[in-house]
Amino acid sequence: MRSTVAALLAKELTLEWRTRESVPAMVLFSIATYVVFHFGLDRDRVVGDLASGVLWVTLLFSAILGVNRLFVAEYEQGGFDGFLLAPVDRTALLVAKALTLFLFLCVVELVAVPAFALLLLGPPLTQALPGLVLVLLLANGGIAVLGTLVAGLAIQTRARDLIVPLIALPLLVPVVLAAARCATPLLADGGAGALPGNWLAILAIYDLLFALIAFAVFDFLLED
Amino acid sequence: MPHPDPALALRGAGRRYGERAALRDVTLELEAGRTLVVFGPNGAGKTTLLRMLATLLRPHAGEVRVLGRPLPEDGWAVRGRIGFLGHDALLYRELSGRENLRFHARLHRVAIRRVDEVLDAVGMTARSGDPVAELSRGMVQRLAIARAVLHEPDLLLLDEPLANLDPAAATQVAPLIGPGSGRTRVVTSHDPAGGLEGADVALGLKGGRVALLAPAAQVAPAQIAALYA
Repeated sequence: MRSTVAALLAKELTLEWRTRESVPAMVLFSIATYVVFHFGLDRDRVVGDLASGVLWVTLLFSAILGVNRLFVAEYEQGGFDGFLLAPVDRTALLVAKALTLFLFLCVVELVAVPAFALLLLGPPLTQALPGLVLVLLLANGGIAVLGTLVAGLAIQTRARDLIVPLIALPLLVPVVLAAARCATPLLADGGAGALPGNWLAILAIYDLLFALIAFAVFDFLLED
Repeated sequence: MPHPDPALALRGAGRRYGERAALRDVTLELEAGRTLVVFGPNGAGKTTLLRMLATLLRPHAGEVRVLGRPLPEDGWAVRGRIGFLGHDALLYRELSGRENLRFHARLHRVAIRRVDEVLDAVGMTARSGDPVAELSRGMVQRLAIARAVLHEPDLLLLDEPLANLDPAAATQVAPLIGPGSGRTRVVTSHDPAGGLEGADVALGLKGGRVALLAPAAQVAPAQIAALYA
């Protein structure tokens, strides 16, 4: 399965590099939203739970843009049929797509998080960065797996742009909640506090749970 | 006398889309290495039949055996032995022809040098680096043929394979997908004379039902034309 995932992942990254359809849109959306928050909240700086909420809500909605586009090339250019005709483990598509979305989210955050710090955040990010990176990676994992599952489900429907947020957002509430709770002490005034271990564990368990569910049901999503 | 282990064996096979039956009660056998040509007007069920044989659609009724394995249960076992050429080229527009074929070669675990062989065989080596989006429909069809035969399948399922090809290109791809390819073939066609040429068995579909099934040598073009009346 590893070579199939590698082939699919290489194809995904090449397509994104050529078309630049997902990542630039996600980055621009994030920055635009932080600008809106900057003026909408009418304050120079945000800290603690408000900062954490703004950060995660924005990242979540920008992730939805990526989830919506995840299977478009497969659907519109016959990629599903091409893949289904190959003698490969179909779960490889789930793994490759989830990895693709994970990488997209990481790239978006490389720009969006500094933009957030610049436009909104009160305390400097330096001290909070190691903890925040851990939270971002765990949350990205959950969004990537769940997003891939929902995108695979929605792509077969005519109203996929509507279906993805309708299904994904409620399911991603625990991820955002846990990630926001984890990030709150990191973004608190007066320097980064300690990571709350219980919320970090919830985030990790939720990732694992949905990875197992996705692994179990993804094959059926591809079935006729 | 039926062949003991035919390449294709359908017994009362059917397929629906919602309430509409696209294919009903299809029964036929095809020996390995033979060619079945399928005629029928638009919407007769030709593409549905091909997609069902390719394991892309599940049969909703009857029995379907492809290369000796029952579908859909053993679809996994025959996928790598089927070459499918449908209406869509199954190529990514932003990738070049070579990149597309290399991608499919990796999925099918085919040596990368085979990509050069098939590109040469379809006459696309010179334009293999161009994005598929920039190629003519005929060139895309040649690449689609290259993709379909890349893994040297035992069974070829070809939906109007010569569509968009000029006569020279059709001649060039004949060794890969023509009767001389040595493979079991199922070919859809709207051309009575051309379709029957090189075919062993002719199947006529109308409204999803079998309207004609006979050795190709015994079928007159007028019988094919009657399907479209």
